[in-house]
Amino acid sequence: MKPLLDLEEAIAQLKSAIVRETEPGKQEEYQGRIEGYEKRRDNVLDIMFSRLGPWEEVLLARADPRPYTLDYVSAIFTDFIELDGDRRAGADHAIVAGPAMLEDRPVMLLGHQKGRNLTERTFRNFAMAKPEGYRKAIRLFEMAERFRLPVVTFVDTPAADPGVESESRGISEAIAASMLAMFKLTVPTVSVIIGEGGSGGAIGIAASNKVLMQEHAVYSVIPPEGCAAILWRDPAKKDKAAAALRLTSKSALELGLVDQVLPEPRGSAYRNPLEAAETVKDGILEALSELDRLSPQEVKAHRYSRFRSMGAFLA
Amino acid sequence: MRTGDASASRFVQCQNCKKTLFATDFASNLKVCAYCGHHHRLTWRERIDWTFDEGSFVETDTELVSGDPLQFPDYQPKHLAAQEKTGMADSVVTGRATIQGVPVSIAISDFHFMGGSMGSVAGEKVTRALERGCDERIPVVIFCASGGARMQEGLLSLMQMAKSTAAVERCQREGVPYIAVFTDPTMAGVLASYASVADVILSEPKALVGFAGARVSKQAQVVKAPDDFQQAEWVLRSGMLDRIVERRDMRATLGSLVRMLGAHLRGLEEKLA
Ligand SMILES: [Zn+2]
Repeated sequence: MKPLLDLEEAIAQLKSAIVRETEPGKQEEYQGRIEGYEKRRDNVLDIMFSRLGPWEEVLLARADPRPYTLDYVSAIFTDFIELDGDRRAGADHAIVAGPAMLEDRPVMLLGHQKGRNLTERTFRNFAMAKPEGYRKAIRLFEMAERFRLPVVTFVDTPAADPGVESESRGISEAIAASMLAMFKLTVPTVSVIIGEGGSGGAIGIAASNKVLMQEHAVYSVIPPEGCAAILWRDPAKKDKAAAALRLTSKSALELGLVDQVLPEPRGSAYRNPLEAAETVKDGILEALSELDRLSPQEVKAHRYSRFRSMGAFLA
Repeated sequence: MRTGDASASRFVQCQNCKKTLFATDFASNLKVCAYCGHHHRLTWRERIDWTFDEGSFVETDTELVSGDPLQFPDYQPKHLAAQEKTGMADSVVTGRATIQGVPVSIAISDFHFMGGSMGSVAGEKVTRALERGCDERIPVVIFCASGGARMQEGLLSLMQMAKSTAAVERCQREGVPYIAVFTDPTMAGVLASYASVADVILSEPKALVGFAGARVSKQAQVVKAPDDFQQAEWVLRSGMLDRIVERRDMRATLGSLVRMLGAHLRGLEEKLA
């Protein structure tokens, strides 16, 4: 990271210098130097990203500056009205949800939301949804069905909340029931894995007709640390676990478990969130326009057969 | 005749209260301790013999074998060892049987095979058992015993959660009763999918039932966990299952349930006659 940071620093200094500069010819000279540095920075990024191992992909998927659900919501949708209630036990801020406009059509939006500082993280419970979050999801899936709104979900969670209270209110049942509610829908559903696709917490809102995955997101049955601790009694073997679990977007596509990988800008989504959002938006629009050709019953059957075909065995 | 071998075969020790029991008494008591009532884990074969009508079980889907799709380190030898230990192809056995004369589609998970974990084969078998219930218009009974999804098949295992849940949705839509029985343990990816969305959920006493390992759950929150946290009795009090049924009563309870809930299914009356 050091050479990258040095180059970024040099570029930033030149950019601020260029504004103050009044001497004739100097601005052009600075501009030339900026371009040179940018070219070198891009080279460094390309080399770094061509060498990313599975564990680095995990770190990148979890990285703080990575765009979160609400960043994509504000870049892609308009008129988002967040609706909080699960009508059962409480409000869950680890999942944000509500109707919004995707260009000229209303959709039902839903996604895990992370926080960037301690206050936000606590408020969002580190994007670990409790039963209330999944029950809010169920309520809004059912509403989407009544009002014929396509559903778009963003997945970005380390896991569902594992606490004692979540257990007592049935976190397992809530996840299962949320998947079951998705399988009932005759409106099209699209999910985008944007960061961490963390096991049951992720699939609980990702049982969709189309599942798209950003290039540097990860999707896994268990966090690599947990896998290493259980299989090799050594959480430090997380690199080995990350590789073994095949949790990258490339692997998920090869295994046929996601429909499309959405490429990210050079240096990953956080370096150019708007460009990343544009790609995500195009992916969602394309998926929806494909699904629009199906009748409501076909939409449901399509989703069933999508998951029905998943599994690898000799027979 | 007081050799170690002979005593080992004639006596067993209760895993809970540690009292010594006659092996023959233990077996005739369905592996339930006569002193403390502890329900010891069963093999799939014992479960079938002690739950369904004698000689009624016909196994299906025997051709399914795991293919190690991820080439996961140490998976193949572990899987082979589990096959040799249990005589099973994978952690779930499926088939048709009758219970008090009522035909049912069944799936039995066996904890002795890699902790009953759900990979592609287990997920496929459970899904087929549910679909068979729909296709043949017969109730579905699934005995759960699992630590969760099988890590060694990665994301494919996670997808089995969605696949099996989709099949439950089909049962609900087509009016096919589905009864799940939690046995020790029923955890994580299995609990958070097909197990928790059954029409009726029964559990054996004291079975461990939970989403996360108890250690993780207790670390995650300041709320003090009750002493019987994640035990079936606590899960019942939480409203997450319907009834705790002792092993000796399981056949009668299941029989009554499938008879009543499945009475509307076309042809069931004829099948009963
Ligand atoms: Zn005992």
